Amino acid sequence: MEITAIYYLIPSLIMFCAGVYGFITRKNMIAMLISLELMLNAVDINFVVFNRYLFPGALEGMFFTLFAIAIAAAETAVAIAIIVNIFRSAKNVDVHSLDKMKF
Amino acid sequence: MDYSQFLVMKQEIGLLVVFLLVFFYDLFMPQGSRKSLPGFTACCMTVLTVLGFFACACCPFFLGSSQEVSAFGGMYETSPVISAIKNILNIGAVIVLIQSVKWANNQNMHMRRGEFYMLLLVTLFGMYLMISARHFLLFVIGLECASLPLAAMVALDKQRYESQEAAVKYILTAVFSSAVFMMGLSFVYGLTGSLYFHKIYMAIAGPNSTLLIVALAFVMAGVGFKLSLVPFHLWTADVYQGAPTSVTSYLSVISKGATAFAFLVIFFQAFGCVYHQVWEWMLYALIILTITLGNLFALRQRDMKRFLAFSSVSQAGYIMLGIIGNNTMGVAALMYYILVYIFSNLAAFGVIGAIENATGKVSMDDYRGLSKTNPRLAFAMMLAMFSLAGIPPFAGFFSKFFIFTSAINAGTTAIYVLVLIALINTIISLYYYLLVVKAMYISPDECPVQHFKSSCSERLALGLTVAGIMFIGLVSPIYNWLLNLTSDAPGLLTWFVQ
Repeated sequence: MEITAIYYLIPSLIMFCAGVYGFITRKNMIAMLISLELMLNAVDINFVVFNRYLFPGALEGMFFTLFAIAIAAAETAVAIAIIVNIFRSAKNVDVHSLDKMKF
Repeated sequence: MDYSQFLVMKQEIGLLVVFLLVFFYDLFMPQGSRKSLPGFTACCMTVLTVLGFFACACCPFFLGSSQEVSAFGGMYETSPVISAIKNILNIGAVIVLIQSVKWANNQNMHMRRGEFYMLLLVTLFGMYLMISARHFLLFVIGLECASLPLAAMVALDKQRYESQEAAVKYILTAVFSSAVFMMGLSFVYGLTGSLYFHKIYMAIAGPNSTLLIVALAFVMAGVGFKLSLVPFHLWTADVYQGAPTSVTSYLSVISKGATAFAFLVIFFQAFGCVYHQVWEWMLYALIILTITLGNLFALRQRDMKRFLAFSSVSQAGYIMLGIIGNNTMGVAALMYYILVYIFSNLAAFGVIGAIENATGKVSMDDYRGLSKTNPRLAFAMMLAMFSLAGIPPFAGFFSKFFIFTSAINAGTTAIYVLVLIALINTIISLYYYLLVVKAMYISPDECPVQHFKSSCSERLALGLTVAGIMFIGLVSPIYNWLLNLTSDAPGLLTWFVQ
């Protein structure tokens, strides 16, 4: 059996949708961050697969993926630092504790 | 590798030099003289801005006839128009820096003073890259470079819980939107095989696919988040309210102006050929929703920062009107609108910041009777509100006038309806802007804010912004200068085959 691009694209799509679903439904901020990571990794898979199967002549997608991984790591670091700060003052990481400012 | 191409990035390098100066100043100067770091940063940025305008004015002599110069295989591009918008952002940054001096030197902040200024300069650098990028990789790097340090800046007020809450809301939604944006980019890459704007432009010109529509919707959502266009605006009010006032003013003016211009550049240069087929109606819907809902939510706010947050949401809708004109006049009107918006909004935030620094009050009810106790602050606030609402002698009227004119020039029925809706919304916005003026001048006051003496830097910043509000509209060479610049550069709107 030949492995074609679609075998990679469907898992990536599932990952992205799971990330969106998790981001919306989770109550723990760390779990929300993990969902965000899922979405960003789905993007990476997409880029690599499109590059490998559709445009193997150049490496633009691979380069983008490398940078996207670095950016995702930076985003996680900043987000974790802010969540730690929240934990220090609210003593939990539940999103429901973020209710001081509302409509 | 040809290192001389770095010389094209003069403005970025200038900003980097300012950043390094501030960094080493903060690192090596003795403890006592670090108190003047804010003033030092403001001076450096002022020098950079003046140099930028000088280079802009003398551009024909330095650059010869060549309009657009690019570097790094076409990933980076600059032209007189792009230098001009960077200089406009520099003006705003200088005013924010002057405003923030007192706040940065107070008891709670002085330990983190250096961080604030360095993060601010880094985000400005990211916005420069967003504006100059002609390849989506550089654009994404610029976008993240502009939004991640901003989250840290929002969280800077460590003692206040609201600041942390705002930061977590900002970072989670920012990462979510950038993930959606990059997903859209991966679809674009899959369709076209390139991330260069001009190659995408060439590749999608044929019959359009469903995937392209999805991709464009994702890309628009990602950029729309940064601009706080309406379906993606929910973070705006909370973040503006929770963040320290200096950060809020920076976020609402510089970040928004840079993203608006970047929006124009990427959508016309990369996706311009499918404007009528794919994203024209998306843009119409976004603009109508943004202006209307922003206005309706602003009506019921009592907190001044929250109120200005919703007002800035609806102002973003007006800025977008410059894009639908699809002509060079629209670009000039957009840049002019950003310039005027910088002055009017920073005047409002300057007054809010001065009152907050002195008394800690931010509610609209606290502003009652301000005209009796602090007449100058009340006057500056009144001018800012008049300018934001677009009342004739002030700059805000002219910017709205030009942006509506440029939109009408496109001349289809849909655009007439759109501009009509925007005009009706201008009248609605007049109501809530005047609520503030009414509170300050007419409402009875039981216990008004006591008279206080604002600091020298705050007065300087307010003087600059008030002068801007009064004179930018009346000094017509400013608009003519922008119009000449943009009419020489039609390549900004479409990519021509050389």
